[in-house]
Amino acid sequence: MRLLTHNMLSSNIKGVINGFPLRIEAERVVVKQVDFNPDFLKNMFSKIDWKALADASKIMGYAELPDEVPDPSVLDSDEFLRKFHHALLELHLEEGALVCPETGRRFPVNKGIPNMLLHEDEV
Amino acid sequence: MWYLCVFYHRLLDYRKPEFESLADLFGAFQDEDPTTSHALEWKLPHHHHPDSPFHFVNLPNEDIARNIANRSILVKGLYEIWGQGSSYEELKEAINSYPDDRKLPYLTSDSTFRIIVDSFGKAISFKDQTARIHGMSYIPFQGRVELRNPEHKFWLIETDDYEANNGLPPVVDKTIFFGREVGAADRKLLPTYQLKSRTYLGPTAMDAEVAFLMANQAQAMPGKLVYDPFVGTGSILVAAAHFGAMTMGADIDIRVVRDGRGPDCNVWSNFKQYGLQMPVSLLRADNNLPPWRPGLKEVFDAIICDPPYGVRAGGRKSGGRKLLKGVVGPYTVPDDKRTGHIPSTAAYCLAECVHDLLDLAAKMLVMGGRLVYFYPVLRDSDSLDVEFPKHPCFKLVASCEQMLSYRYSRILLTMVKIAPYTDEIAEAARVQHLEFKENHMKWMEEGNLHAAVFSPDFPAVDDRDNKCKDPKKKYRGKYV
Repeated sequence: MRLLTHNMLSSNIKGVINGFPLRIEAERVVVKQVDFNPDFLKNMFSKIDWKALADASKIMGYAELPDEVPDPSVLDSDEFLRKFHHALLELHLEEGALVCPETGRRFPVNKGIPNMLLHEDEV
Repeated sequence: MWYLCVFYHRLLDYRKPEFESLADLFGAFQDEDPTTSHALEWKLPHHHHPDSPFHFVNLPNEDIARNIANRSILVKGLYEIWGQGSSYEELKEAINSYPDDRKLPYLTSDSTFRIIVDSFGKAISFKDQTARIHGMSYIPFQGRVELRNPEHKFWLIETDDYEANNGLPPVVDKTIFFGREVGAADRKLLPTYQLKSRTYLGPTAMDAEVAFLMANQAQAMPGKLVYDPFVGTGSILVAAAHFGAMTMGADIDIRVVRDGRGPDCNVWSNFKQYGLQMPVSLLRADNNLPPWRPGLKEVFDAIICDPPYGVRAGGRKSGGRKLLKGVVGPYTVPDDKRTGHIPSTAAYCLAECVHDLLDLAAKMLVMGGRLVYFYPVLRDSDSLDVEFPKHPCFKLVASCEQMLSYRYSRILLTMVKIAPYTDEIAEAARVQHLEFKENHMKWMEEGNLHAAVFSPDFPAVDDRDNKCKDPKKKYRGKYV
């Protein structure tokens, strides 16, 4: 699971109001090379919750992103785009879990696939 | 400028919509007011049936024409016509009167060319082909003939004048076209991506040709993010990834998305096999209860999918109840059994599935983004005026029928998002959907479609009177 996915997911258990961002429990993180595509990154930039991405990348062992939401003008900087690219697309949570911040429910991540399906009593 | 567009004679309903989607993608409508309907100008050659493979189309310039034809799947060729006639004398006259400044740049001595003789509805022997090519010598070709990789390809295409016109109603006049090829579909993609070469397949994997058509309808291209909520083995996303889009897929069945059939036979390996960019993510999620964070919207550029109709595969959603013996609800999972618990799922009827899909698309697509999905239709006499699902955020731009059996067809719907999603719209859509479900989708409830498709006593078969009412032309079954 890449951090782009993490940035989009929340806990949707019935009754949970604030299910985002999911806390990452990382057991195994791998880095996989992805083709650099500035257009895609610019497309995604405005849709990202920046704080969640910066925090998540720190937990995954990459602390190069600024904490504050950067000004969109940084999108012209190749250096910034490379960092953004690495954090968003190249860090993979291979094994671990995503934990609901409100209830503590663990959504397991195996072989890189988050399992977001709810139990019968959670829907 | 007008071009002759010759289509492959298959998937008839899909041809013009594919062409128009690509025309839109490559900027043919750029100068137009975005609120008007984006449609190209089409013209049929005289006496041709609308399902004829020959159409004239008006495009702004040759670059757009070439881009459309080269990316399409169903365009056999797009030609600048130098002349046409019902006999070779007429053709010669027409070509000779075609302006020299359009012809001479393609006839220079430093160029290479070839002439290809083609026909629709009949075969021309090799000897006759050669004779016809020699008959064109009144055109002042200066270049060198090269059969393998010529710079310019010229086509001499004959339509037939006798009755059996490949199943189409007969054309009265024989027409001969001569023109220069501007672009043509790369059908070599299809053997490369054909399903039998795919390592990981499911029972409902999407045929490569149709998957490419879906990706074209969705205007997949580099920099865009395409989502499939019923991803299965990823056969639709493979086509989108081929066109350079980033892809994302979800499925409720974790065995399909996570495990596949081993480390080298899973959804990832299907992308690796063709050297495509891996999906941005695959996850297990239920489209009935999507796990997207609140406030996340307008993130996907296109949503493409083949929802489960309950004919070959049925839909499932969360919330099944397998009560243990002696337990009287509500169902709870004991705390010590929560880890590794496998939740049961409930049947997910198509009506609900389509509603969830439209709601998801209305929220998650960018403005102008496209929702492309298949929708099943029973081919009995009652459902002639098929109502398609509607949503206030969407405009339906294309519906293409593919007949699957005598009893049912699937229709590829292409919808474009034209209005932003708000709570009021979501509510209005829900009301509209309930009404739609009440009036048009009774047969879509759990199991009904399956029963109608597979039941032995299909009314239209028994009832002889109904047969003549069948509006679908018989010849279409042969090709679509």
